[in-house]
Amino acid sequence: MAVYKLKTPISEEEIRKLQVNDVIYISGTVVTARDQAHRRALEYFKEGKPLPVNLEGLAVYHCGPAVKREDDKWVIVSAGPTTSTRMEIFEDEFIEKFKVRVIIGKGGMGPKTTEAMKKYGAVYAAFTGGAGALAAKSIKRLISLEWEDLGIPEALWILEVEDFGPLVIAIDSHGNNIFESVMKQVEANKQKVYEKLGI
Amino acid sequence: MKKPLFKLDEQVYEGVHGELTESILNVKCIRLKPNNMLLTREEKSVITSEKIEDLAVKLLKLAVTELPPDVKNALKRAYEEETSEAGKTQLQAILENVEYAEKTRTPMCQDTGTIIFYIKAGVNAKGLDLFEEALRKATQRATREVPLRPNAVNPFTQKNSGDNTGRFIPFIHWKLVPGETIELTVFPKGGGSENVCTLGMLVPGEGVKGLKRFIVDAVVKAGSKPCPPNIIGVGVGGGADISMKLAKEALLRPLDQPNPDPEIAKLEKEIYEALNTIGIGPMGLGGKITVLGVNIEYAHRHPASYPAAVAFQCWAARRATARINPDGSVEFLTHKPI
Ligand code: SF4
Repeated sequence: MAVYKLKTPISEEEIRKLQVNDVIYISGTVVTARDQAHRRALEYFKEGKPLPVNLEGLAVYHCGPAVKREDDKWVIVSAGPTTSTRMEIFEDEFIEKFKVRVIIGKGGMGPKTTEAMKKYGAVYAAFTGGAGALAAKSIKRLISLEWEDLGIPEALWILEVEDFGPLVIAIDSHGNNIFESVMKQVEANKQKVYEKLGI
Repeated sequence: MKKPLFKLDEQVYEGVHGELTESILNVKCIRLKPNNMLLTREEKSVITSEKIEDLAVKLLKLAVTELPPDVKNALKRAYEEETSEAGKTQLQAILENVEYAEKTRTPMCQDTGTIIFYIKAGVNAKGLDLFEEALRKATQRATREVPLRPNAVNPFTQKNSGDNTGRFIPFIHWKLVPGETIELTVFPKGGGSENVCTLGMLVPGEGVKGLKRFIVDAVVKAGSKPCPPNIIGVGVGGGADISMKLAKEALLRPLDQPNPDPEIAKLEKEIYEALNTIGIGPMGLGGKITVLGVNIEYAHRHPASYPAAVAFQCWAARRATARINPDGSVEFLTHKPI
């Protein structure tokens, strides 16, 4: 397990160095995107319309933050990850079209995303589910809020972060997927657990 | 000049007009000393809507920003015992997050849950009729002030009410108990762990064996989804609704309190230890600590059925309880008051 500090924009070369179980901390620009934002971004691409932010080399975060309004500014109170599997239907195309290098979320992603990460050079980094306060702590500034019409959780929150992490590389760009291998192992362990319990 | 103002229980109360108006307005809440004297201003134990609302806002804030001591300790122990590196990073991040949330009084998780209250109401307690309305107001206020994420959506129109209230929400579980005290618990329940709760009508002939398999399968199926390490609440017997209700109530029992029945306590420990060899680990990244505890509650069952429910609680096991005494004073049972 190695620990890396990465700054956006992140190059393909830096990504290829990372292996599953490595830990990274990201500084720079992170953009939140959930189902709706993924769908709209891909529609924009099809129509040839530019996105409000160039995602190349950046990190996309599966997150719908809890926010509050102070005077006329947004304050991000808590910003933990949401379940990533919902984005599995979009993510391979998303990585291909926008060249994002890091997808941050919780719970892992499936074979299509793993394949795209191998092909185009990206990683999936797991952030601790529920650790919303810790995430908010590393957010230095809201750069801009885009697509607000999608609603607070679904909008694009473009954030400047400092040492955002720890992020565990759960899918690397070499086809390894921790969640898949863990669940395979769990299925195997299940028999032993049955035995232990006299089932 | 003092003159008779009103009569209660054959006792005539005297006073100067104006002086007692407040008491008369609150006549429902006036408590009489045994010798039928009116309580003094300080002693007047009026449980008002405002008092309940303030208390509930405090409990909500405490619950979402600070874990009860038993959960904190269990997480610390989990960090010590975890053997996988990835698992350890997760537990460390959780501990840091918990500490930071408490220090800054911000919600430890952005999903501040569906707001659920449990009330153990002494049948002789005053002011019980005020709770429903006061808890609704408290939920709305806490949503603005803490803040909480608005999590109440109409299942037919998909519209979010924006303030965490709606039909039957916040939900209140009432339990009548003897006495005059009222125990109020808030239990904000996150969606991720709720989504993997499961109910089974098992085969009675298989008995406890079937129950054990049902629990293990539920945990394996849930995998990384409920943000492990989890507390597993198990409810058995009664009927479909009763077993799930018991499973949820089991989640309210502190982790350092095994079931008072030694046989059930043994079963809890056995399942807990077995589940921590299954390998899901913190956040499903692999490791030793998949569960922080297993709490079982049961009711007797119908001969033909074996209802069993497994309720999941994520590591963000948020709950806070306070007791309202008959003299109106409040004791916080899970947290230091803020
Ligand atoms: S499961 Fe719990 S810790 Fe995870 S996101 Fe939901 S409420 Fe937060």
